[in-house]
Amino acid sequence: MPLPYYVSPEQMMKDKAEYARKGIARGRSTVTLEYRDGILLVAENPSTLLHKISEIYDRIAFAGVGKYNEFENLRIAGIRHADVKGYSYSRGDVTAKALANAYSQALGNIFTQDIKPFEVEVLVAEVGENGSRNEIYHILYDGTIEDERNYAAMGGQADEIRRFLKDHYREGLGLDEALQVGVRALTVTQNKTLSEKDLEVAVLDRTKVRRKFRRIPMEALAQLLGTAR
Amino acid sequence: MNEPRWQHLFNDYSNPSFMELLRREAPHLMPAAPPGSMDAPGEAPHGTTVLSVRYRDGVIMAGDRQATAGFQVASRRIEKIFKADELSGVGIAGVAGPATEMAKLFQTELEHYEKVEGENLSLDGKANRLSQMIRMNLPAAMQGLVVVPIFAGFDEKAGVGRLFKYDVTGGRYEETHYDAQGSGANYARDALKKLWKRDMAREEALRATLEALFDAADEDVGTGGPDLVRGIFPTVKTITRSGFQDVPDDEIRRVCEAILADRTREANGS
Repeated sequence: MPLPYYVSPEQMMKDKAEYARKGIARGRSTVTLEYRDGILLVAENPSTLLHKISEIYDRIAFAGVGKYNEFENLRIAGIRHADVKGYSYSRGDVTAKALANAYSQALGNIFTQDIKPFEVEVLVAEVGENGSRNEIYHILYDGTIEDERNYAAMGGQADEIRRFLKDHYREGLGLDEALQVGVRALTVTQNKTLSEKDLEVAVLDRTKVRRKFRRIPMEALAQLLGTAR
Repeated sequence: MNEPRWQHLFNDYSNPSFMELLRREAPHLMPAAPPGSMDAPGEAPHGTTVLSVRYRDGVIMAGDRQATAGFQVASRRIEKIFKADELSGVGIAGVAGPATEMAKLFQTELEHYEKVEGENLSLDGKANRLSQMIRMNLPAAMQGLVVVPIFAGFDEKAGVGRLFKYDVTGGRYEETHYDAQGSGANYARDALKKLWKRDMAREEALRATLEALFDAADEDVGTGGPDLVRGIFPTVKTITRSGFQDVPDDEIRRVCEAILADRTREANGS
């Protein structure tokens, strides 16, 4: 009879974390930057149909990196959470903080209880109106939650990208300047340039009425990149 | 559970409906008929006249501003035309409470679908969804809480404005020219019968719309006319290729005053 083998909890958590980190590192990265009129989200994503960035609610956007089916599931759960909350209370009561906490709980539970952790990182951004500040929450595969200021990076080369942004980001950038910094940050570890065809870009635009989320279509993106260059 | 295998496989992932979600997760928030049999609350505020008119660029939706309970004015400033999404609107007539609730649920349903699926429902899909909601309200309607909306929008594929009317059982009928709903609807429809022309320009359609609401307010005690003392005028929205837009108050006031001046002159025979 084979003996049931013992694995220490420390070892188990370490293995799971390493597994999740490897999965995430294989994927492409995403950056988020605050700019003058709101929040800009840029993902390296050659597909125009499968999104990494999407709208959750009036002022709230979502971005995910890692395994598509896993963050897609989290995205839909987020939309459901927000819509039910907004319907039962009021639209103004739906906040990124509550949603980020819900994601943190869900990912934390999956990490400790399931054999296979989710190989994802997600980001929840909320644009501030009438003088209140923007909120950016970054949630890791094990439920760790961080609130970020000015900029955030997720995915394979997040550390290098963050270092680049630390040196090159400044407050009050226009949309075209912010986009240029974001795209350069994504290429910081690669020997190639990214054109509008490799990018998925969306903004939470404070100047819009009610639903602030807006995708930037390819033609407009080419223009913004062209003028910024 | 003898649930089909594939549904179990998809694990409710593929369902983009907010209504289904609410039914499953928060059934107490679903609009429902009051329990037991009871008589109609006759004094509940009713929304009175809403109408929709097709014109060259799309459709116009309009409604008076009065809610009426029995022989009393319940509200002078109620809004009856709601934006459903960027390209469609819903006008509510019937008992104001459940009607407003239905409009809110319908808005959320469309937005939820759009966010989950990443694209808009077709105009027929939206109209059909509203018809299911009205059918859901049938038990309440049997107890007197009748809600009969009017739905209009711009069909992106066909490139035209379209409008739909409903009956209390959820029956859906597409109208090609115009339609009105509510207690003053017959008078508004009669007016539009004479005024409507094919491919009207915006100004002409706006004038016809407001004339019809004037006539409804003239004949039906429940429908409110333009209130010059308080400065309350009907709400008018246009839905065209470029989206759902409010007609500015100033413009509505100007047209209302022009109609009033014309009618005064005719009545005095000068």
